[in-house]
Amino acid sequence: MKSTKLFGAALLMSTMLAVGSAQSKTLVYCSEGSPEGFDPAPYTAGTTFNASSKPLYNSLVQMDRGTTNVVPGLAESWEVSADGMEITFNLRKGVKFHTTSSFTPTRDFNADDVIFSFARQWKKDHPWNQYTAGIAWEYFDGMDMTALLKDIVKVDDNTVKFVLNRPEAPFIANMTMDFASILSAEYAAKLEADGKKDMINQQPVGTGPFMFVDYQKDAVIRYKAHPDYWDGKQPIDDLVFAITTDASVRTQKLKAGECHVAPYPSPADIASLQADPNLQVMEQEGLNVGYLAYNATQAPFDNPKVRKALNMAINKQAILDAVFQGAGAAAKNPIPPTMWSYNNDVQDDPYDPDASKKMLADAGVSGLKMKVWAMPVQRPYNPDARKMAELIQADFSKVGVEVEIVSYEWGEYLERSKAKDRDGAVLLGWTGDNGDPDNFLAVLLGCSAVGGSNRAQWCYQPFEDLIQKAKVLPNNDAREPVYREAQAVFKEQAPWATIAHSVVFMPMSKKVMNYKMDPLGSHRFDGVDISE
Amino acid sequence: MLRFLLSRILLLIPTFIGISIVSFGFIRMLPGDPVLLMAGERSLTPERHAALLKLLGFDRPLWEQYLGYLWKLLQGDLGISLKTKIPVAQEFLTLFPATIELSLCAVIFAIVLGIPAGVLAAVRRGTVFDHSVMGTALIGFSMPIFWWGLLLIILFSVTLQWTPVSGRIALTYFFQPVTGFMLIDSLISGQAGAFKSAARHLILPTIVLGTIPLGVIARQTRSAMLEVLGDDYVRTARAKGLSTVRVVGIHALRNALIPVITTIGLQVGTLLAGAILTETIFSWPGVGKWMIDAISRRDYPSVQGGLLLIAGVVMVVNLIVDLLYGLTDPRIRYRS
Repeated sequence: MKSTKLFGAALLMSTMLAVGSAQSKTLVYCSEGSPEGFDPAPYTAGTTFNASSKPLYNSLVQMDRGTTNVVPGLAESWEVSADGMEITFNLRKGVKFHTTSSFTPTRDFNADDVIFSFARQWKKDHPWNQYTAGIAWEYFDGMDMTALLKDIVKVDDNTVKFVLNRPEAPFIANMTMDFASILSAEYAAKLEADGKKDMINQQPVGTGPFMFVDYQKDAVIRYKAHPDYWDGKQPIDDLVFAITTDASVRTQKLKAGECHVAPYPSPADIASLQADPNLQVMEQEGLNVGYLAYNATQAPFDNPKVRKALNMAINKQAILDAVFQGAGAAAKNPIPPTMWSYNNDVQDDPYDPDASKKMLADAGVSGLKMKVWAMPVQRPYNPDARKMAELIQADFSKVGVEVEIVSYEWGEYLERSKAKDRDGAVLLGWTGDNGDPDNFLAVLLGCSAVGGSNRAQWCYQPFEDLIQKAKVLPNNDAREPVYREAQAVFKEQAPWATIAHSVVFMPMSKKVMNYKMDPLGSHRFDGVDISE
Repeated sequence: MLRFLLSRILLLIPTFIGISIVSFGFIRMLPGDPVLLMAGERSLTPERHAALLKLLGFDRPLWEQYLGYLWKLLQGDLGISLKTKIPVAQEFLTLFPATIELSLCAVIFAIVLGIPAGVLAAVRRGTVFDHSVMGTALIGFSMPIFWWGLLLIILFSVTLQWTPVSGRIALTYFFQPVTGFMLIDSLISGQAGAFKSAARHLILPTIVLGTIPLGVIARQTRSAMLEVLGDDYVRTARAKGLSTVRVVGIHALRNALIPVITTIGLQVGTLLAGAILTETIFSWPGVGKWMIDAISRRDYPSVQGGLLLIAGVVMVVNLIVDLLYGLTDPRIRYRS
């Protein structure tokens, strides 16, 4: 360990010498938390991915920076068989892994690395499946990859074929996700031989735009640009993550010039950041949705007219003003507007308490008492669920519906809200994983998710047929109209009151150039430059 | 003295076992489990939930888990963090020097300012100086740490730019930790300006963390001094013609120190609690911040191990305080 650290220091020194008297370009990012580790696959937190998969690794396909468009990564191209069951990736040649203090690669990236990266998550008997006791492959299993994969075949050194058990259009989008990062099989073999398997999580080696230099726990992570990166060396030489967990302090650091980029400002600080002449504040709607899910299996909420009437009683603008303080946009669809296939033709339920009251009366509902569940935690899609619940309570009382607000500890809340016989409507939300509409519509509203992540317990066959159809269509052009139709069906049936998509603000120094906000909410520094 | 020491050390054993039970039990009494929180909005099937609990060993009866934990504990194994998969002891030891460094500086700050302020306030009882010292101490004691920290940052770091906002050292300095104490490591590194940078980074966190103990120590010193200054032997010393400095500094202060030492010892627990907030404000990579994170994730091994180690430190400090009584007050030494 010690020799490694010395080597790390020597590496940095040599880099500094190499650039000679020229000032190396360093970008300091005040990150909001510490990474759990540097192997992305066992984790689910965005903070971890920003520090691991984004700078250090590549996947076979990746998102074009600032969009949800899938572009080639370590695979130059790919072909999907006519039946959609086989996807063949043609791998990029001459891709170099990082040379670090603990590892010098002897070969370029090849098919073995791809197979290693997936097999370790997939096969329970793989020597790396439990490289640390108790490790779980949350995303791989969460995306149902175990059931989906039939085989991964090495056709030759530069060709890998994924054989599926069923056609699955979102598969390519899944391959852009962080769990699909490609690790070095050669490095793994060396660690295994040295009896230091867990180092794969602490001293990472990847093919990504930056190489790992050092991590001082909960304080600083240092990276340097990968000199042999397949897509060209980065404009900046060093990337530093200064871990700063408190939002107000991040803002102060940015103002004091101690960091160049500081994510997740407090809503209260945004105006002063925008007013600062040295700073720029980017903003974008997040790939998320906050909603109120009725329980569609319980009377009277099994009646779409009742749900619709309640939706019309909610004053969304008041919620946006009070809860989001301007950092939110009204939601009308279950997917956010930045996602492809978003149906802008859908009309949102208008705020009309009188009409709502009448509709409830027409549906034979009077003196209704219900529970509204308020989450105990702050989430990107809902900064203050308690306040939101209180506003809804006031809105519903205007149409004669009496609301009792309930809340549980977060773990309990998640668990209890899944119950099919749950009493009441639940406030919750979702942040997208892979930019695919299936990741919202099937996960949150599909029949198979009832009793799980389908908190509305809503299984409506016409909607289900549409999302199942879209899942197996060969390309996004064909899938798009189907998803648009699904959104229309959703709106008409109203299993949720769609409330808001949060707006994400990204304050940074005006020196930072070419930063692009990621619709999926990650923070990437490849391609980013900094002026002197 | 040896018997006194032994009896105190023996008392530590049941306390330690008690703490191990409490730390083991408390985190499990909180609703929700680590698997549920890991999954978040992504729901788990009951089968997968059970499988993951089994994988982590949380499916066994509580008593069995506790005995397993205790058995490992006796072998010096605190378990592996669920979050980082790194041994808890290793994580703790990496972060603890930062907490100690900060706490020590805060204690020194509080003692160096608090005792003289308390003594002077007692000597000049009823004067404007006395009232202003005690008023300031009360304000310091009641100050919400978070607000106080931010206030100092905005004034000294952003407006005046005298001190850095947060962190332990400027990012331009890069060396490997040897002791974990930044002041020492920066000296060892030999890099010009590193020590100065580390010291500058310590100023605000030290003030913020030391404010409450400073208030407490100043008030305690004042009241203890007042009591002692009215005693017969002080009058005798004065009657003998000793200088005020000698009477107050040697005769009175030494006797007044016992309750002050007790207070300082008790402040260690307060300091560690205060460190949690101070570390969060100043992005100080210590155990306080780490524990909060572990609790919110239900990282059982980290919470158990962390609590146990922190409690261990508090116990050792209290033991030292007990021994210091003996050194300061011969009556305690002879009685035991």
